[in-house]
Amino acid sequence: MLSKQQARNFFLGGTLVTFLAFIGLTIFSFSKTQDQTNDENITEAVVRGKDLWEANNCMGCHTILGEGAYYAPELTKVIERRGPAYINAVLRQPVSWAPHGRKMVAYGFSEEETKDLIAFFEWIGEVDLNGFDTVVSPLAKEDN
Amino acid sequence: MKYKSQKVAYWFFALSMLLFGLQIVYGFIMGFAHAGFDNLHEVIPFNTARAVHTNLLVVWLLSGFMGAAYYIIPEEAQRELVNVKLAYVQLISLALVGVVAIVGYHFNYWEGRKFLEIPRPLDYLVVINVLLFLGLILVTLFKGKRRTTTALVLSMGLLFAALLYLPGMLPFDSQVKDSFFRWWVVHLWVEGVWELIMGGILSFLLIKLTGVDREVIEKWLYVIVGLTFLSGVLGTGHHYYYIGVNKIWLIVGGIFSALEPLAFLAMALFAVNMYRKGEKKHPNKLALYWTLGASIVSFVGAGLLGFAHTLPQTNLYTHGTLVTAMHGHLAFWGAYAMIVLAIISYSLPNMTGRKLYESTLGRMAFWMSNIGIIGMTVAFGVAGVVQVYLERKLKMDFMVVQKEIEVHFMVLLVCATLFTTGIILYMIDFYKHGRPNDEALESVSDD
Ligand code: HEC
Ligand code: HEM
Ligand code: HEM
Ligand SMILES: [Fe+2]
Repeated sequence: MLSKQQARNFFLGGTLVTFLAFIGLTIFSFSKTQDQTNDENITEAVVRGKDLWEANNCMGCHTILGEGAYYAPELTKVIERRGPAYINAVLRQPVSWAPHGRKMVAYGFSEEETKDLIAFFEWIGEVDLNGFDTVVSPLAKEDN
Repeated sequence: MKYKSQKVAYWFFALSMLLFGLQIVYGFIMGFAHAGFDNLHEVIPFNTARAVHTNLLVVWLLSGFMGAAYYIIPEEAQRELVNVKLAYVQLISLALVGVVAIVGYHFNYWEGRKFLEIPRPLDYLVVINVLLFLGLILVTLFKGKRRTTTALVLSMGLLFAALLYLPGMLPFDSQVKDSFFRWWVVHLWVEGVWELIMGGILSFLLIKLTGVDREVIEKWLYVIVGLTFLSGVLGTGHHYYYIGVNKIWLIVGGIFSALEPLAFLAMALFAVNMYRKGEKKHPNKLALYWTLGASIVSFVGAGLLGFAHTLPQTNLYTHGTLVTAMHGHLAFWGAYAMIVLAIISYSLPNMTGRKLYESTLGRMAFWMSNIGIIGMTVAFGVAGVVQVYLERKLKMDFMVVQKEIEVHFMVLLVCATLFTTGIILYMIDFYKHGRPNDEALESVSDD
């Protein structure tokens, strides 16, 4: 039968090996040749857009990259789906945006801020999602 | 209760109960909003309600874990806590940071990162608070007469949980990297180090409640936490499938996360077998209910319902839908909420001297809350599956689909009411035990 000592070694050994493998894989997936995060296209406007995204906790209603809340539309591919003009209208509204009855917060962003958020959406729309983009509904290409 | 300083635990548990109650209130706000009644929108928009709901959950569970440690560590180490005053300072500062964060969420003061919404300046206060807590626990442990495996695993879990909070504080310009490292906190907590905390508490309770030999229980504890890390660390990959990182994670995450249920299965088999084997029949039946309940419901909620959407082929469709919410509720409830309620049920009579071991009230609390949350899980699950089908198979518009599934949220609210009634009964039972006092001290003997 397994002794307590052996059980402990199993725990320590298993942890060490998987932990090292995890660090290794992390380094691998962000290495230059493997990286698919669209890192090179991050501009200052994108960063400002991300800051606005975070400061207002948009993720508390929406998902992005499939993460967040399940209350409002997934936004990773929103540029492709709606186009910048529509998004501009949503973000600049001084009253709650709610064409289907469910309310968004009325942010009434400035023109600058709206541009930054759109830059952020344009950047994230170009990230390679390993196929997730084919199911997030409904894609701009109504026919797929 | 064998040491006077164990009484501190009571106040951590009381804070837990208070915050738990508040968490449920915000849950209802979101449930109503999903059902089409977002009448509170102007005052408490959905993102505020959500941040409060999930953060209160984390804080009340942490407060429960801390209470558990303040109760368990002196008893395992066989000495008083090194400094009781500082423990109260830690309690009060924890409550203050929590309250400031929660109030801030109502005034757009946060960092919009799911589960880690606490703004940066408050993060530092959290770190100081947790360091104080760890200091008290670890010094007590190392000055103690003995260092048991149970105490070591529990302390190790708490220490790693604190360390893993740090990657969540790294700033990134890329949303992808932000998300990548957010999981080092969220996933490695719930599917890693928190399982050590759960295992430690479970092992302590089983030793006390079943009377099975400590050596046997602790041997299996090592096997369980071994399985946890073996599968759980690389299992993090199940969050990396579709967030814009390398395809290698589809394979690694798929294989290792599919093994994660084994740790929960082992936990359930372990608890049930120790109960069967046990000679001693401890009179605290309610504590036994919650203990065995935690091990079984966590297997269902985390193990089975986690497995249901963890393979990349399935997750492609369910990623970021209400299916995730279904799993999140039963997993958190079974694994962490129930183990906290178990240690409270066990320790309360010992700290207050009122041996209310068996009561209709206590039993009703157990059954109503469990049946209620299973109903909620089913409601979320049905809503989620319908959402996946309509939105991701039939390509219907997100908002149109949300209208279709409003009715499932009415069902959710009904089940949530049953759940809440159970929790209110639990709280009444808690209150009935009265305050902790020194008359409850027992003569010091081993176990
Ligand atoms: C209180 C919840 C809430 C918050 C917070 C919120 N939104 Fe929204 N948002 C919604 C809802 C609901 C809709 C869908 C309205 C409709 O179509 O009826 C929406 C729609 C949108 C749309 C259009 C999407 C589409 O496919 O039609 C964009 C773009 C958007 N939001 C961006 C943002 C940004 C950026 C933020 C943060 C600054 C944000 N939202 C914060 C609830 C929210
Ligand atoms: C009793 C009443 C409750 C109700 C009505 C309720 C309702 C909800 C709703 C509507 C959401 C948000 C889903 C979304 O983003 O759209 C949510 C999120 C969440 N709740 Fe609850 N909840 C309740 C109790 C609980 C309890 C007891 C727990 C833990 C044990 C819990 C844990 C969570 C978690 C972890 C999330 C985040 C889920 C995710 O992001 O996938 N809730 N809840
Ligand atoms: C007690 C243990 C567990 C808890 C408390 C828990 C809780 C959660 C929560 C709250 C989320 C949503 C996280 C977010 O989006 O930020 C989540 C996601 C997920 N969980 Fe768990 N979980 C546990 C165990 C497991 C296990 C063992 C598995 C696999 C077998 C699993 C598989 C998943 C998957 C695949 C997702 C991602 C869902 C998506 O793509 O949207 N979980 N879990
Ligand atoms: Fe996970």
